[in-house]
Amino acid sequence: MNKLHLDSKQLPLIATISLFILMYLFGSLRYTGFFSTQVFLNLFIDNAFLIVVAVGMTFVILSGGIDLSVGSVIALTSMVAASLTMNAQLSPWLVVPISLLVGTILGFGMGCLIHFFNLQPFIVTLAGMFLARGLSYLISVETISIDSPFFSFMASTRIPIGGGNFISISVIIALIVVLAAIYIAHFSKYGRNIYAIGGNEQSALLMGLPVGRTKIMIYTVSGFCASLAGLIFTFYMLSGYGLHANGLELDTIAAVVIGGTLLTGGAGYVAGSVVGVLILGIIQTVIVFEGTLSSWWTKIAIGVLLLLFIVLQRVIVIRSKTNKSAVTTH
Amino acid sequence: MMKSKLFWPIIVLVLILLINLFFDKSFFSIEVRNGHLAGSLIDILNRGAPLILISIGMTLVIATKGIDLGVGSVIAMAGAVGAMTVSGASGDSLVPLFMAIAFVIGISLLTGVWNGVLVSHIGVQPIVATLILMVAGRGVAQLITDGQIMTVYYDPYTFIGGGYLFMIPFSIFIVAAVLAIASFLTRKTAIGLFIESVGANPEASRLSGINSKNILLMVYMFSGLCAGIAGLILSSNVASADGNNAGLWYELDAILAVVIGGTSLNGGRFYLMGTVIGALIIQSLTTTIYSIGIAPEINLVVKAVVVLIVCLLQSPEFRKKLTNYFPARKTAKKSEGVTL
Repeated sequence: MNKLHLDSKQLPLIATISLFILMYLFGSLRYTGFFSTQVFLNLFIDNAFLIVVAVGMTFVILSGGIDLSVGSVIALTSMVAASLTMNAQLSPWLVVPISLLVGTILGFGMGCLIHFFNLQPFIVTLAGMFLARGLSYLISVETISIDSPFFSFMASTRIPIGGGNFISISVIIALIVVLAAIYIAHFSKYGRNIYAIGGNEQSALLMGLPVGRTKIMIYTVSGFCASLAGLIFTFYMLSGYGLHANGLELDTIAAVVIGGTLLTGGAGYVAGSVVGVLILGIIQTVIVFEGTLSSWWTKIAIGVLLLLFIVLQRVIVIRSKTNKSAVTTH
Repeated sequence: MMKSKLFWPIIVLVLILLINLFFDKSFFSIEVRNGHLAGSLIDILNRGAPLILISIGMTLVIATKGIDLGVGSVIAMAGAVGAMTVSGASGDSLVPLFMAIAFVIGISLLTGVWNGVLVSHIGVQPIVATLILMVAGRGVAQLITDGQIMTVYYDPYTFIGGGYLFMIPFSIFIVAAVLAIASFLTRKTAIGLFIESVGANPEASRLSGINSKNILLMVYMFSGLCAGIAGLILSSNVASADGNNAGLWYELDAILAVVIGGTSLNGGRFYLMGTVIGALIIQSLTTTIYSIGIAPEINLVVKAVVVLIVCLLQSPEFRKKLTNYFPARKTAKKSEGVTL
């Protein structure tokens, strides 16, 4: 019985991974050159920032909340990093920590508002989204392109991993974040608190878990991840711009949902979100390889996938509910 | 009771308008220009019309403890469908115009049914259910316009969003009509009570004989319809359709307008007039920022601050902290939460 229950919770993750393999096979059979290690690695290189944001978002959604501010925080971070480097001529040793603080502080503030004043995460992070986007416009409405040895180094360094294939420094950062997040989520007290809050906040509170502290931490971590992603994004684009990552929060939420995390909170895996991001990446790769398809098919494809996974989630929730009631009536 | 909920939004709106008067002495004057009324106030009403429409629909959705993130995409789709229908038309025949209106109403009701069925019959969380349309709808809109900005060369089409009736912009009449119908249905019939009870407790409503699922479906259809009409107004106003940018972030502005108007995101209560004032606050804020010459980029920062202040003022925890600082005001807070 117990084993069956576990299976139904892992079902979305299994579905996600199978879908990824299927899409990859489809691409490999249909297009020449698709089945290569580098194409696979490029998924990570092009989506390293999305992986980092999605990890932060997974924690938020696991706790039953939502963070709409991540896209704007990426823009703000890229703007801060660009203006500090180019206009203030600060050394990267100062630029990087300051840029990382931007999202962390914003996330901490939003977490405090959500906890202390019992405001809805949706509205608070919506305000955060406006604030961050507005602040990056305040710095400058123009693109600031970055021309600094440090940023060029981070952008262009290729780490060979054998067979003529390579990854970028951003991928290493993303992998470290993912490993740390998996440890926190599944092997630490903090992680168990997050799952408990997402499962039932009232019960978590009655159990004596530090609900307030954990919630503030969740939004702080999400803000930090968004800022780190902003830095990676800056390495990738080598510029700061207020319109960077417009609407990225939707892609992130979509990746987390496709990755099998329940939006009601309490169930899901960090690794699932990574696969979710890779699926979004593979959709784009397929569209690039297809050549004749226009970019808006990405949006439609993501929408269709979202629908599939949301309906799958509903089926699972309904099934586990009937299982529970079956147990109590017997 | 109604008065206390509307009090703060009205004060904010009046303050914003007075700030304008300070910078522009002729702000409140309305004159007849080219045979129709013109002036800043008319302008705010005219430009705010789509937002007010969407916010009215959103109010009812939020009253059921839901949310409709798809409205921005519905605007884009409605504009695309409308523009496409009349794209080949020219001359004075009104048939293409009515066909466009019919198609727009059709597709917007269809999006409403889509959202409504997902939320009510499949039981998906509203944020997620409507997220699908928010992402995919814009793709569909771009599919319809083929990624281009579609331009309309058919004069009757531009009447909806740019024409005048009795010297007043026609879009204001549309808003007034929708508002009147919504107020009548929700305040003079039992529908309003049903919506509020579904928002407060869907299960209890169902047990007391209300068809919760149909109420939810209806509310999302109404929201879709409002968004569709707004899309028609917006696309007609500029005589074009842009699948990528039309109605971008309108859903967030609409949610803001509803929250500023005093409707809680927790559902169970709604204030249509508050929403209208909330939408007007957002629109006059935008107009003010443009007219007194602050960089338009600041708009977002100001909006963020306004949202936070309004939300804090509505939070019981914040009020409690305030009343602890000012104990004399404690007595005034007794009559909370019995509004109907």
